[in-house]
Amino acid sequence: MERQWVKLKVNGKERQLFIKPNELLLNVLRDELGLMGAKYGCGLGECAACTVLVNGQPMLACLILAVTMEGQEITTVEGMGDYDRLHPLQQSFLDHGAVQCGFCTPGMLLTAQALLAENPDPSEEEIRDYLRGNLCRCTGYAAIVRAVKEVKHPA
Amino acid sequence: MATDTRVLAAEFQYLEAHSLDEALAWLGQYGTRARVLAGGTDLLVKMKTGQVQPEYIIYIKKVAGLDYIQADEAGLRIGATTTLRKLEGCAAVKTGYSALYEAVRSMAATAIRNMGTIGGNLGNASPAADTAPPLLVYGATLKLASQAGTRLVPVEEFFLGPGKTCLAPEELLTEISLPPQGSESGSSFLKLGRVAADIAKINVAVSLQRSGRNCTACRIAFGSVAPTPIRVPEAEALLAGQEITEDLIETAAQAGAAAIKPISDNRSTREYRLKVSRVMLAEALRAAWQRAGGVL
Ligand SMILES: Cc1cc2nc3c(=O)[nH]c(=O)nc-3n(C[C@H](O)[C@H](O)[C@H](O)COP(=O)(O)OP(=O)(O)OC[C@H]3O[C@@H](n4cnc5c(N)ncnc54)[C@H](O)[C@@H]3O)c2cc1C
Ligand code: FES
Ligand code: FES
Repeated sequence: MERQWVKLKVNGKERQLFIKPNELLLNVLRDELGLMGAKYGCGLGECAACTVLVNGQPMLACLILAVTMEGQEITTVEGMGDYDRLHPLQQSFLDHGAVQCGFCTPGMLLTAQALLAENPDPSEEEIRDYLRGNLCRCTGYAAIVRAVKEVKHPA
Repeated sequence: MATDTRVLAAEFQYLEAHSLDEALAWLGQYGTRARVLAGGTDLLVKMKTGQVQPEYIIYIKKVAGLDYIQADEAGLRIGATTTLRKLEGCAAVKTGYSALYEAVRSMAATAIRNMGTIGGNLGNASPAADTAPPLLVYGATLKLASQAGTRLVPVEEFFLGPGKTCLAPEELLTEISLPPQGSESGSSFLKLGRVAADIAKINVAVSLQRSGRNCTACRIAFGSVAPTPIRVPEAEALLAGQEITEDLIETAAQAGAAAIKPISDNRSTREYRLKVSRVMLAEALRAAWQRAGGVL
């Protein structure tokens, strides 16, 4: 299978990749770009641990051929904030104890970010509905929902 | 060999179509050796698990002019690569086509609905496809295109069996069109899954027209109870032209449940599907009747 050049934007930076058509976005992000935020959970679309934003919309990197992302803008959790400047959602997850093992957290954060972009003040029910595909084996969801509900928006 | 879903092991040639002509030319050239890729939420799963092994992948999400929803007096026209999420957010769908709206709302996770398309849901031809029962009760028409031209197929003739459709190897589904819904019409969709956002154990859609206390026309369709999504004319006939009462709804629901031929599989048993289908159909009929302005 021939490799081909793919140009895309990842966390605001232009990237050029020389990849095979059967390479998954998830593995390209992790193995080629060293972005370990998106996780491999099931590989079948069931868990959303691999969630990234494509042009601001949550999608599952385990079911995306990286070649189809030519010209698109990808955001991983690394693009949300870092240790010195946490995104308000990241801060809220910490404040509310919404992280245990952390495996689901990148997907939760990105999905929640997309929700807040569409709906800045969602109800608990709206939060649960929007995040319903993001599985968490640890927290029981209550703290996560609270963290999203009570996020302090940047002034 | 155990499947490693971490990677996609299959090899293929990737073809990215930017126009309908381009996609149709490749489909014409490669036919059964090719598979169309839209959102990939069905196809990539099947490729990872080795259920399909295409030599060519024709990516159609970048084809200009396949992603649209157009609502006017003639009804609703939906381009095949329109995502489930876009349908869900469309006011014309929400207000005019309740069964389709409820079906899309019930599907999968936000991320899957952002990726998955209506064309893919139909093309995949699962007996459980959630958009199928609504399209059946609206009497939707599908536009199939090839290099030779286009043909229109009623959605009822589209599904042939699990994973099988009447699409010829060189054909692409390009548009789904739904007739306009009058002010005295109502529709509804209900689904039973193991958990919210699951693939259906059983799903049902109803669409009906009302005149005063009478139902003038009615369509009922079930999914997951037969090799394809199906209509149940036995139950429809009991309602058409009749005054709608609680008793009649119960009678029709019983007839509907008796008419379907569910199987037992890893999602549910035959007995369970039979019982629950009667209750669901009665619920769906009440909802559609009330939306049509009817009282009970
Ligand atoms: C975790 C998970 C949950 C799901 N939940 C649901 C659910 O609740 N309800 C439900 O109904 N489905 C569900 N699905 C299935 C899937 O998401 C939907 O069927 C979706 O609509 C498929 O669209 P797609 O664009 O991703 O299809 P793809 O995977 O791109 O394509 C599916 C098939 O259709 C063919 N195809 C695509 N577009 C066309 C076209 N225009 N013309 C001809 N052939 C075409 C492809 O070649 C392929 O064979 C789920 C899937 C996953 C992974
Ligand atoms: S790893 Fe992608 S959905 Fe589970
Ligand atoms: S914190 Fe462990 S899976 Fe969610």
